[in-house]
Amino acid sequence: MTIDRRNFLRAGLAGTAAAAACATLGAPPAEARENKTVPEQAVGLLYDSTLCIGCKACQSACKTANNLPLEDNIGGGLWDTPLDLSGKSYTVIKLYADGKMEHKDQVKDGFAFIKRQCLHCADPSCVSACPVQAMRKDPKLGIVTYNADACIGCRYCVAACPYGVPQFQYDTPTPRIAKCQLCHHLLAKGGIPACAGHCPTGATLFGTYEQLSAEIERRKAMTPGEINQFPRRTVDAGDPQERPAGQYTEQVYGAKELGGTQVRYLAGVPFDKFGLPTGLPERSYASRSETLQHSLYGHLAAPAVVLAGLVTAAWNGSKSHAGDEHDEDQHDGGRHD
Amino acid sequence: MYDDSSLPPADEVQTRFGIDRRDFLTFCAGIAATLGLPRAAEAQIASAIVSKERPSVIWLHHQECTGCTESLLRSEHPTLDKLILDIISLDYHETLFAAAGHQVEAARLAAMEKNKGKYLLVVEGAIPTKDGGIYCKIAGQTSLDLTRECAANAAAVLAIGSCASWGGMPSTPPNPTGSTGVGEALGRSDVVSIPGCPPNPYNFLATVVHFLTFGKLPDLDAKNRPLFAYGRLIHENCERRAHFDAGRFALEFGDEGHRKGYCLYKLGCKGPETHANCPIVLFGDVGMQSWPVGTGHPCIGCTEQGIGFAKPIYALADLKNQRPPVTYARAVEEQGGGATAASAGLVGALVGAAVGAGAMLTKKIRHDEDGQE
Ligand code: SF4
Ligand code: SF4
Ligand code: SF4
Repeated sequence: MTIDRRNFLRAGLAGTAAAAACATLGAPPAEARENKTVPEQAVGLLYDSTLCIGCKACQSACKTANNLPLEDNIGGGLWDTPLDLSGKSYTVIKLYADGKMEHKDQVKDGFAFIKRQCLHCADPSCVSACPVQAMRKDPKLGIVTYNADACIGCRYCVAACPYGVPQFQYDTPTPRIAKCQLCHHLLAKGGIPACAGHCPTGATLFGTYEQLSAEIERRKAMTPGEINQFPRRTVDAGDPQERPAGQYTEQVYGAKELGGTQVRYLAGVPFDKFGLPTGLPERSYASRSETLQHSLYGHLAAPAVVLAGLVTAAWNGSKSHAGDEHDEDQHDGGRHD
Repeated sequence: MYDDSSLPPADEVQTRFGIDRRDFLTFCAGIAATLGLPRAAEAQIASAIVSKERPSVIWLHHQECTGCTESLLRSEHPTLDKLILDIISLDYHETLFAAAGHQVEAARLAAMEKNKGKYLLVVEGAIPTKDGGIYCKIAGQTSLDLTRECAANAAAVLAIGSCASWGGMPSTPPNPTGSTGVGEALGRSDVVSIPGCPPNPYNFLATVVHFLTFGKLPDLDAKNRPLFAYGRLIHENCERRAHFDAGRFALEFGDEGHRKGYCLYKLGCKGPETHANCPIVLFGDVGMQSWPVGTGHPCIGCTEQGIGFAKPIYALADLKNQRPPVTYARAVEEQGGGATAASAGLVGALVGAAVGAGAMLTKKIRHDEDGQE
């Protein structure tokens, strides 16, 4: 039997599958893992697009609190105008706009704001992808932090984040990954994230995950147009504003997406309008890929299978030099999802 | 310079207004500017003020604090009070009249008779309408009756202050006396309102001078406010607007942002939903920042019905006609609608170049492949 490259890979894959099956059946801790859930004392933000006036106080407070430089995209050097998350901007207010832009929170001829930032996933892909644990999920508060000293600059987190959050600083010789860390340096001093602290409307609200869940429930139960109180800064800061409730869309962004996030969004227009990925599965990518990896490497089965394949190939190859390999085979290029 | 040969000689201005000609012309220029009129208009105004007969003004007071009158009198602009009294012939005004009782009522009736159809009726204060309007009476007559009587033969009715405009403070819930504005009480839609608590004296004066100069009232908005004064939102002309745009807010009274003069939106500023020219005209003629926001207190929206005296002072304002600026980052980049001819041409050229380059590239690759096989 001659074995060409294609067949070799097929054999390899079959072996892998078998090994994976063994690993899963064989039940040692190497394991299909479930989604990780938010820690008990998790904290987070609730961003309510219907309350947001697009003033960007959050953006400017974030820059001050995190010592980030001005990002001027309109010229003149006066205004901080980031167009997206970047090495210089951890959070950005972006605009959905349609037609005449006459009504807020309306799809047609309307406009609405969205605050982009790290969502602090319950089961973060960036943490899973990071080979050196520079990205970590704080076990207590659930904040996804970044440690520049550990970072090797591989940018796996940049590629892994399903929301396009972490940004690499390409314009400095000592680059870091730029990403919201929920102002954990302020939290450590008893403060709250700068954006929530400065938001004049309460559109960005800080609280524990549980408090915010209750607040989301409360808002979803409101009759649109009816006067209600909306807390500002934190859920229990006692500094509410009173205004008519907005008309919320069904979806609470971050409630279920890839296992949920600690920063959640409410809005008056569908989330796909904001350029956010919608229709994401509830199972986190991290749990999926880690299950696969751990299965492959469980009991070192995968290397053994690969070695077996190689030996077979070498054995066959040495018997008959049926030379021509067909390297053009498209399926060997590793296009797997 | 404009032709001022039609103006009376300097000594006449001097004697009649008690100021020199130069100050008088400065005043006329100020009025023209407040009205947003072109430069030549000040000559027209000047000659109207000196040559036309002073319009008779009947001024009524109802449910109010007399703050409108007080602010008119307290204007520190040189000799403004004198001009007020000299531009118009104030034939009835309870606060300013030396006479009292029957004497003053008789003067009112006489003035109304003499200037029938020509006098201006200015109303200050809200009019109670509940229980037959018994909650405010002047000389035995209810406010409602008195106003009806005076309005019947007036050339125009002006409501000065928020109370007269729509009810203002006396009409805040539960509004026990059923007080309301002049227009509503009279059932008339042509009552000019100059709301404010108090309104800027210049806005009142400019309206009167406009009437005097052009024989008609200035253009009005949907709520009958003169457009020259109420055509724009406070927020559009506010000196703190740059702070708003940069997201810098005073978060509490006395905090760092407040001391640095940041935007007062979070403290309840109603500038974004209130139409008035306060940031431009200012108050009291004492120069820069002499208006509420300038002194560090949020605008309370006193010139806007439904905002002033209705919405809590520290409640957040809705942003009226504040469409997000073009500089805002789009969540989804636009596909580009109507392209201009020039940009279409440019894009066309680029596409052409790209297609050309692409064709070359394909050709080359094919060539390379051929060569290889
Ligand atoms: S949003 Fe992206 S960067 Fe933030 S925790 Fe989730 S995966 Fe990581
Ligand atoms: S500070 Fe609050 S209201 Fe202003 S843009 Fe940010 S989230 Fe919106
Ligand atoms: S909100 Fe008030 S203080 Fe701020 S810019 Fe507007 S008018 Fe000025």
